[in-house]
Amino acid sequence: MKYFGLYNYWVFTLLLMIGLYAVIAKANLVKKLLGLSIFQSAVFLLYISMAKVDGGTAPIIQHADEPQVFSNPLPHVLILTAIVVGISTIALGLAIVVRIREEYGTIEENEIQARDRDR
Amino acid sequence: MWTAQLPAFVIAVPLAAAPVAALLRGASWSWACAALASAASFAIAMLLALAATEVPAISYAVGSWPPPFGIELRITGFSALLLLIITGASTIALIGGKASLDSDIAPARRHYFYAAWLLAVGGLVGIVASGDAFNIFVFMEVSSLATYILIAAGGNPRALPAVFKYLVMGTIGATFYLIGIGLIYLMTGTLNLVDMETRIHDVTDLKPIYAAVGFVTLGLVLKAGVFPLHVWLPNAYAWSPHVVTAFIAACSTKVSLYVLLRFDFMVFQGSLGGHDLQFAGFLMPLAVLGILVASAVAMTESHLKRMLAYSSIAQIGYIVLGASLMSVSGLTAGIIHMFNHALAKGTMFLAIAFIATRLTALRLDDIAGIGRRMPWTLGAFLVAAMSLIGIPGTAGFISKWYLVLAALESGAVGALLVAVVLVSSLMAVYYIWRVVEAAWSSAPGAEAAGAREVPLPMLAVLWTAALANIWFGLQPGLPLALSRSAATYLLGQLQ
Repeated sequence: MKYFGLYNYWVFTLLLMIGLYAVIAKANLVKKLLGLSIFQSAVFLLYISMAKVDGGTAPIIQHADEPQVFSNPLPHVLILTAIVVGISTIALGLAIVVRIREEYGTIEENEIQARDRDR
Repeated sequence: MWTAQLPAFVIAVPLAAAPVAALLRGASWSWACAALASAASFAIAMLLALAATEVPAISYAVGSWPPPFGIELRITGFSALLLLIITGASTIALIGGKASLDSDIAPARRHYFYAAWLLAVGGLVGIVASGDAFNIFVFMEVSSLATYILIAAGGNPRALPAVFKYLVMGTIGATFYLIGIGLIYLMTGTLNLVDMETRIHDVTDLKPIYAAVGFVTLGLVLKAGVFPLHVWLPNAYAWSPHVVTAFIAACSTKVSLYVLLRFDFMVFQGSLGGHDLQFAGFLMPLAVLGILVASAVAMTESHLKRMLAYSSIAQIGYIVLGASLMSVSGLTAGIIHMFNHALAKGTMFLAIAFIATRLTALRLDDIAGIGRRMPWTLGAFLVAAMSLIGIPGTAGFISKWYLVLAALESGAVGALLVAVVLVSSLMAVYYIWRVVEAAWSSAPGAEAAGAREVPLPMLAVLWTAALANIWFGLQPGLPLALSRSAATYLLGQLQ
């Protein structure tokens, strides 16, 4: 159990590797962006996992009579920002892919390179 | 006192002007807005630089939340120098490059372009002004996303695959950095860089911290374009609008190097035993290889902008080499080279932007004979090129001189490093000579024969930048003082 108890971190590592693999191995630009998105999502999971406090609840629930344990809100806030950054990046990436499709007529990396060589 | 607010204003001015520039339609209003905001930011940066020579660090608590709880802006000599580079490069490029931008950017998109430009400036300035690890990440992404837009904004379709590659690699770099600071936060519970350094001392299990060092260093090395992680750089520089190249070549990779040095020296150096040896052992070979390989590629490259892009990768190698010597003189050399290289490369790319207003292509064959048609533009190019090579009397000589001195201090390996610096300087002489030969010796082609010199106001801006290369070669006082204060500040943690 020692190694699988914190399975969140295993999932983080696995997702990170899947994403990175897709970015490197896929020739299709949209698939590359999907990989990039998975890669970034893995990091969101890392931050959310570290914020968890056993038995902790949301920091907005207050009961005056009993002591409360809260999950750490800061990483949640950080990752909210990182999600926005991720969305912007993917949106911009897709916009570039659309422009590439208009100019090159393809979104396969090897075909784009071949057309650049012919130019 | 109002001067206490300057660290906030240097970021706020370009960021606030960005939406204004986006809303201003018509002739040149958005350009004027961008140039004005950029110049204002430059003026603030100069005031901060003067203030930073007197005190080790100016701390500014955003929203009056005291650090380490709130976000801290922290201006040191190091960040002041980078602020000067960023805002100065942006101002010179905008003012001098208006004609080139007018021909490169479609009129319907111009106001968005200038908004993106201001966001890039604001993001880069924010990175160097901030003292908060996550804040740095956010500014890094603001500047990166804006830079991708700037690079793709021209009409050249080849910029699109280049910018896609840059986007993917830049995002991986930034995400690695994010993982790194996440792991540090996990172990220390803080995001303030100064606080982080003290708290790592109390961490008992250092494994996640070591992993974080790897992630942060690798992520930033990727963003800085250090060899062999530079593959995004040549095409991104070569196919972007010419004035954009002048701007980003002057500052964007240096800002990543700034964060790298800030993390590795300020945060990790004092708190992790043996970190200095690992840092030097990892980066020095990469720096040496980068200097030699990139210079060799530049010698064979026939496209003017790609040649200078490879030259930039070699120059990044010099900066990293200086830093990996782990001495005050080495760091001083590396840091002042950030300034001097920005000056030289910014001027050269601006001169190329001027040439490109007269010619459609920029291969060495295409610029044949252009030196006789545009002697003043090529003259300024040559002055900056001499600074790049490191001829005495130019700014580039100062940084190479300090680099050689620092290398000689470091014992047996030093002689070898001096040889590397000399060989690569000779290689620079060779590839610059190829440009000179093409520009003056060959007979002009049809297009070059009809080319005319650019108007006087543009030349005035270009020559201001070119003469700054000589001025800072003879009077290196301010950048040298800032670099030295930066070096002692960074290494203060080592003793």
